[in-house]
Amino acid sequence: MIELENVGYSYGGGELLSDISLKLQSGSFHFLTGPSGAGKTTMLKLCYGALIPTAGHVRLFEADVRDLERDDVAMVRRRVGVVHQDCQFLDHLTVADNIALPLMVSGGDLLAESANLKELTNWVGLTNRANAYPPELSGGERQRAALARAVIMSPDVILADEPTGNVDWEMSQRLLRLLVELNRMGKTIMIATHDLALIRAAKAHVQARVLRISNRRLQLAGADL
Amino acid sequence: MSLNVSAISSLFSSDSQADKVVPPTGFTATLTLFSAAAMSFLAVFALALSLATGRLAERWGAELARTSTIRISAPEGQLLAQTEAALRVLETTKGVLSARALTAEEQQALLEPWFGPDLPLEALPIPQLIEVIEEGDGFDAEGLRLRLSAEAPGAVVDDHTRWCRPLVRAATRLRMLGLFSILLIGLATAAMITLAANAALAANTQVISVLRLVGARDSYISSAFERRFTLRALSGAAVGVGLGCLAVFLLPSAQATGGFLTGLGFQGWHWLWPAIIPPLTALVAFAATRTAARRTLGNMR
Ligand SMILES: Nc1ncnc2c1ncn2[C@@H]1O[C@H](COP(=O)(O)OP(=O)(O)OP(=O)(O)O)[C@@H](O)[C@H]1O
Ligand SMILES: [Mg+2]
Repeated sequence: MIELENVGYSYGGGELLSDISLKLQSGSFHFLTGPSGAGKTTMLKLCYGALIPTAGHVRLFEADVRDLERDDVAMVRRRVGVVHQDCQFLDHLTVADNIALPLMVSGGDLLAESANLKELTNWVGLTNRANAYPPELSGGERQRAALARAVIMSPDVILADEPTGNVDWEMSQRLLRLLVELNRMGKTIMIATHDLALIRAAKAHVQARVLRISNRRLQLAGADL
Repeated sequence: MSLNVSAISSLFSSDSQADKVVPPTGFTATLTLFSAAAMSFLAVFALALSLATGRLAERWGAELARTSTIRISAPEGQLLAQTEAALRVLETTKGVLSARALTAEEQQALLEPWFGPDLPLEALPIPQLIEVIEEGDGFDAEGLRLRLSAEAPGAVVDDHTRWCRPLVRAATRLRMLGLFSILLIGLATAAMITLAANAALAANTQVISVLRLVGARDSYISSAFERRFTLRALSGAAVGVGLGCLAVFLLPSAQATGGFLTGLGFQGWHWLWPAIIPPLTALVAFAATRTAARRTLGNMR
């Protein structure tokens, strides 16, 4: 699905990630941790083709990102659902429309999917907020809407960046259950978080690998997690 | 730039979804509408000008090519003889189809606008006019002058080209100016719509990047903007052309005094010419917006 091979990423400020190799197998569940500023978001961006590595190779569905045409990048985005750290909504559209946005832009049949959309909105507990606008939502509501948008296309892979960053424990458990449920349906999941309690809670439900970025490298986290 | 048919036809298959995902473009839309209308209004006049001057140049050019006049001023006793001599010379001149002396009535009619109908023509030493109709490339004016100076010393070959040619040149030049104005108007329209589209795109970079993130193709994003600006330009231009045509139609006609001004307008099927302005404006808007959109999109992944 997604494969990183000796990937390095540098920007003007220096090298952020170096010599990272990782294979996201179909149906796997990964956590990505590390201190703030370690490069978690950057690594996720490498995984959905928003950034191009400065060293090594990133292969998305067998294709090297460097070889992807712009339309190919769009296709990759339809197969990878992303929950962005800052959510990224269109503020002039309702929550329901924002959730349906990937369908709209891919020319999907909204009418045919409307039942699916309702079910999904209900699944993330936003049924009574469907006609609100994103700026009116709480942090947790935004993150649930972002998760719903990430899964509407029924993608093979879901990459979630701090999906529980703004919510209380109860809500974070609920979001986690949603992600675990998706994993049981066969989706490949990677969650970037520094919420270690969340990781521990998840391990009770799912076989998850925990990766840590430390000193620009990717390591397997210790058994305490 | 690929202006293929499917891209253009997709403009008219209204995609309300794509229109919804791009927020209303506010003042840039109004700017496009207004400038398209104003520019089309001007284009109608430039078009009328170049068509009218084209007609004028053609008419004068045709007259220039076909007729000239020979004027015979001679003492009263010799006038008739010299006229006949001149006509004989003309009969054998290459390039002359026919020549005939104007009758007294015709001469009177020619002078009437200046001197009134009661002019006692017989009492005045009015020169005799001979109207020459040319054929082919016309005659050799210098050669004719030489031959006439022997046979009819009072004959003056009035070469229309002397006064007509500068007029034809002026009319042709005016027509070029008209066409050049149309070109300038087109370029200015393109520039304004490019500015408006760029402003709209800059105001929407956040929206565009979200659309890319959720898997929108460039063509989807770009066509949402193209459609908007093309339709605005089209309707603006239609209004401008409508008003321009009305203004041309309502130009006071001064048929009697003739001349240049009455000619400014459209005749017959030429009224159809302005109809190409709105689609052309739409095409310009489409190309300008597409270029601007592709450039903006090229800066994000
Ligand atoms: N193109 C760039 N230009 C400037 N700085 C960059 C660039 N790319 C990454 N960085 C920097 O790299 C660092 C890592 O950023 P990143 O968002 O990946 O960290 P993170 O692990 O997700 O942090 P957090 O837990 O706070 O979300 C940050 O300090 C960021 O400012
Ligand atoms: Mg981050």
